[in-house]
Order: sequence, then structure tokens, then C-alpha cells
Amino acid sequence: MHRGAFTPGRAFVYAVVCLIAAAYLLPFAVVALNSLRTAEEIAQTSMIGWPQSWAFGNYAIAWDKFCVAQTCSGIQPYMANSALVTIPATIISTLLGAVAGYAVSLWRFPGDRWIYGIITIGIFLPQQMRLLPWTIVLRETALTNTLTGLVLIHTIQGLSFTTLFCRNYYVAIPQELMRAARIDGAGFFRIFWRIVLPLSPPILIVTVIWQFTHIWNEFLYGVTFTTGQQQPVTAALISLTAAVADVPQHGVQSAAVMIAALPTLLVYLFGGRYFVRGLTAGAVK
Amino acid sequence: MSTRPATLDTMRRLPEYLVIWVPLLLAAGHLISFALWTIWVSFTPSTLVPVTGWVGLRNYNAVLATRNWNIAFDNLLLFGTAFVLLSLLMGLGLAILLDQRIRGENVLRSIFLYPLALSFVVTGTAWSWLLNPGIGIQKLVNNLGWTSFRFDWLIDRDMAIWTIVIAAVWQSSGFAMALFLAGLRSVDADLVKAAQIDGAGPLRIYRRVILPVLWPITVTVVVIQLQFAITTFDLVRALTGGGPGIATQLPALVVYDFMFQRGLLGRGAAAAVLMLLTLLAVLLPYWAWRYVQHRRASRA
Repeated sequence: MHRGAFTPGRAFVYAVVCLIAAAYLLPFAVVALNSLRTAEEIAQTSMIGWPQSWAFGNYAIAWDKFCVAQTCSGIQPYMANSALVTIPATIISTLLGAVAGYAVSLWRFPGDRWIYGIITIGIFLPQQMRLLPWTIVLRETALTNTLTGLVLIHTIQGLSFTTLFCRNYYVAIPQELMRAARIDGAGFFRIFWRIVLPLSPPILIVTVIWQFTHIWNEFLYGVTFTTGQQQPVTAALISLTAAVADVPQHGVQSAAVMIAALPTLLVYLFGGRYFVRGLTAGAVK
Repeated sequence: MSTRPATLDTMRRLPEYLVIWVPLLLAAGHLISFALWTIWVSFTPSTLVPVTGWVGLRNYNAVLATRNWNIAFDNLLLFGTAFVLLSLLMGLGLAILLDQRIRGENVLRSIFLYPLALSFVVTGTAWSWLLNPGIGIQKLVNNLGWTSFRFDWLIDRDMAIWTIVIAAVWQSSGFAMALFLAGLRSVDADLVKAAQIDGAGPLRIYRRVILPVLWPITVTVVVIQLQFAITTFDLVRALTGGGPGIATQLPALVVYDFMFQRGLLGRGAAAAVLMLLTLLAVLLPYWAWRYVQHRRASRA
């Protein structure tokens, strides 16, 4: 049964797979097409249809002119907010997670198993159990309704995942390598810098992609702890698409959805392999 | 080494201790203290601000008596079951199809997995347009000439929860597919061949060789998808907003409602703890099962 032998059975398999693939593509394809149709055209037909005249202007309006709750700045400031939260939180949580994962996997110290066990609780503890404490912490540190507050939350909460990913990767480094390095007089940082970090690129890519996707797509903290012009794009998108104007604006709203989805889709397109590895690594724990 | 004073050694290694312990303690400490603090608040009479005091189970009784929570929990049972079963079936079906050595497997796999890279807000918004009878699929079919066609679950109290199921299955069945496909690929081809030579029929091969590989994956997928179902929030906010009325409430929305819309922190915390208990009802048996599996594997 080699690849390509064509029988009625295989034709059936192809037909079914392609049909399902079309169904998976459809919802996003509809949004993509609508982002290029005018509101009038959508109103006259339906959300599902091929653009009759390509309304590229929808993107310009969605980017910096569309009005949400009396502010007509488009989606652009919210995209900036999301970037300003996601990029620092991703970098810091990945670096700290790499060091923490290195410490618990290769340096035995009293209580290391306990502390690692507690950190992995963060993988499943619902966000709802942390909402009230974060409210208090942000208020006490005067970080309510700031992007710094969101960076703080995502950095600390991300540590559970980043530590887990890196720890599971580093435990495979042979202890003999560690012992040899220590006999040579190398300390904690030197070993990390010279031995562990050069072995790390694959897991660091997985971790960065995982963190970036999750923080960019996160909604609950954004909507709880920020309002108005400080909101990340997921939170703003809800008010934007729910905005009831005199005339429906489905074309422009679709363009806004496309813009908001673009960063994580690009990451997926270029780093899909690592993205999937992160998904399964989180599952196998 | 021993001649050097211990304090000097500690001083020299201070940066190392700081780098090890500060992130570890932040990560572990915030989880423990946050969880304990929320549990404590659930036993206090807190409303707009947290206050001390002890009211026993009063908040829990109050939450359990609300229509909101009961609808949310019934919805969770229906949504959780339907979502997990459908995404298992979809995931397994797709994995088996993709495992038939077909052309373009990489492209197809990417198509089934891309929804996982989208935020639930995007997914919910896209589906809210498709399922909106005034502009979506129903309108399209009506325009094509079948004017009596109805597909209005989004505004139907009894069926609205199924719109959440559809969107959730669309978004995350690729995850089940990825795990099942990895499992199928790990089935030892030589073992299958050997069984065939021994004259084992397909059913026997399936039961003895393939099922033992897929069965633990199924458990893992079920647990992870249930965990997602129990904490679902964004998708509902974007797709139905919990409506029509409160027909598509889920526990996470009830928690949010108590805490930040009604300012009843004690009750919100109690609802959050109830969510955690629901989650533990799934996770504790899973951990026990994994522990047994692990023991059995290390003994073998």
C-alpha cells in the first residue's frame, strides 16, 4: 500500500478529508472575505459571499478611524497595548522560567521537588481563583488599569508553563556533563551560560511561541483590570464588534478581527511545528 | 574550601541564590497564597471589599440557590459532555484519515490546527456572525431560494448552548487530532506485521496493538478538554454574551458576574471555589490513574 495508489476507497478518504478541511477553513475565510466587502453589500446579501468590489479601505478605517465607545481611534492603540504587554511578558517569563527550570532539574537542593510540584499547580488552577488577589495586588501597587500591571500578571503566571517546559527539557541533560563541569570549577551561572543555554534553542522557541500566543489571546485579565484606552486588543474587540451603530459595520469589524488575529496566525504559520510541540508538551505533563 | 568562613561563601553565592529563589518563590508563593486567600474570602461576608468575619457556608448556599448558577452548571454538564465527545470523535476520525498516507498531509494538518492559534474572542466573533440568522448561514440559504429554512440556535434559548459546542469543537478538535495522530504513529509497524503473519485478524490487531496505545491518549484528551470546558469564559462572552437572557451562562461567567458586576466578593469567591472543586472532581481521579499507570510501568 504505497503512497498514491488510487482506489475508490482512497478517493473517498480524500473527499472526506477535503470536505472537513473546507469546513475548518470556512469561518475564518468568511471573516477574511467580509473584511474586503462593503457594509452595504453584506447587508444586501449575507455574511457569506465573494466580494463584488474590493473594499480595501475597510482596513484603513479599522486601523485608526473606527469608533468604539466615543473614541474614534480604530484598533491601532489596542494593538499597541497588546504588543506592549505581550512582548515584555513573554521575554521575561521565558528567561526566568529557563533559569528556574535549570535550577530544579540540574541543581538538587532541599525542597526542589516540592517547589516544582507547587509551581505546576499553576497549570490547572483556574484564573477565577486568582482574580480577587490580583485585584488587591494591583491596587496596592497602583498598577490597576496599567499595561505594567498586565505584564506583571502574565509574567508571574506564565512561570508555571515556562518552568515546566524548560525543566522537562533540561532533565535530559546527562548528570555526568554537570559533574564534569563542576569538577572544572564552573558555577551555577557559568554552567548555565556555557552548557545549558547552547542546548536550549528548541525549547526556548517552543516556550516563546506558547507564551506569545497565550498572552496575546488572553481576555479575562485584560477585560477585568483595564478599561478604555488601556485595554488589550482582545478586550477592545468585544466592545468594537458589539458596538451597535446606526448602520451595521460588518466589513470594517471583520477587518478589525483580521488585524487582531494576524500576529498569532503569523507565529503559527512560521513556527507551527514548535507551536504544536508546545501543545503536546503541556498535555503530556 | 572549609577554611573559608561560611558567610563569605554565602555572600559570594548570593546572586545565585537570588536568581534561583526569587522566581521560584514568586511562582509557587503566589499560587498558594492566592488560592488560600480566595478560599478564605469565600467564608467571609465580603461584598464590595474584602472584610474579615466568618459566615460558614452561607455564601456557598446562596450561590447554589441562584438560578444563574444552576443554569450555568446544567449548561456545563451538557456543554462539557457534548464538547468532549464530539471533539474526541472529530479528533480520532481526522487522525485515522490523516494516517492513511495521504498526499498533502502537512497542509491538511495545519488547516485542522490553525483555529488553536486564534483567540476565543476571534472564534466567538466569527461564529456569532455565521450563526446570526439575520446575516449568517440562515440568510444565505434564504437568499438562495429556500425561504423557510431556519437555523437560529443563536437566539433560541433551548438551542443556544449548542452554538458554544459548535465553536468550541471547531476551535479545539485539532488538539485531539494532534495527540491521536502522534499515538497512531507510535504504533510499532513491526508489531502489526508480526501479528498479521501470525494470522491475527484486523479486529484482534486493533484490540491488542492499537487500542493499548490510544486508550491512555483518550483519557488525557478527555481530561484536558474537560478542564477547558469547566473554565470556558471568553468564547461565551464573544459568541452569545451568556444569552439569550441567561441561557448560555457557564460557571466562569457567574463568578465574574458576582465579583465585578454585582460586587458580591464573598459569593464570587465561593463560586470560584465551586469551579475549582468541579475541576478537582476530574483531576483527582486522573492523577490517581496516572500514579497507578506510572507504578505499573516502573515495576514492569
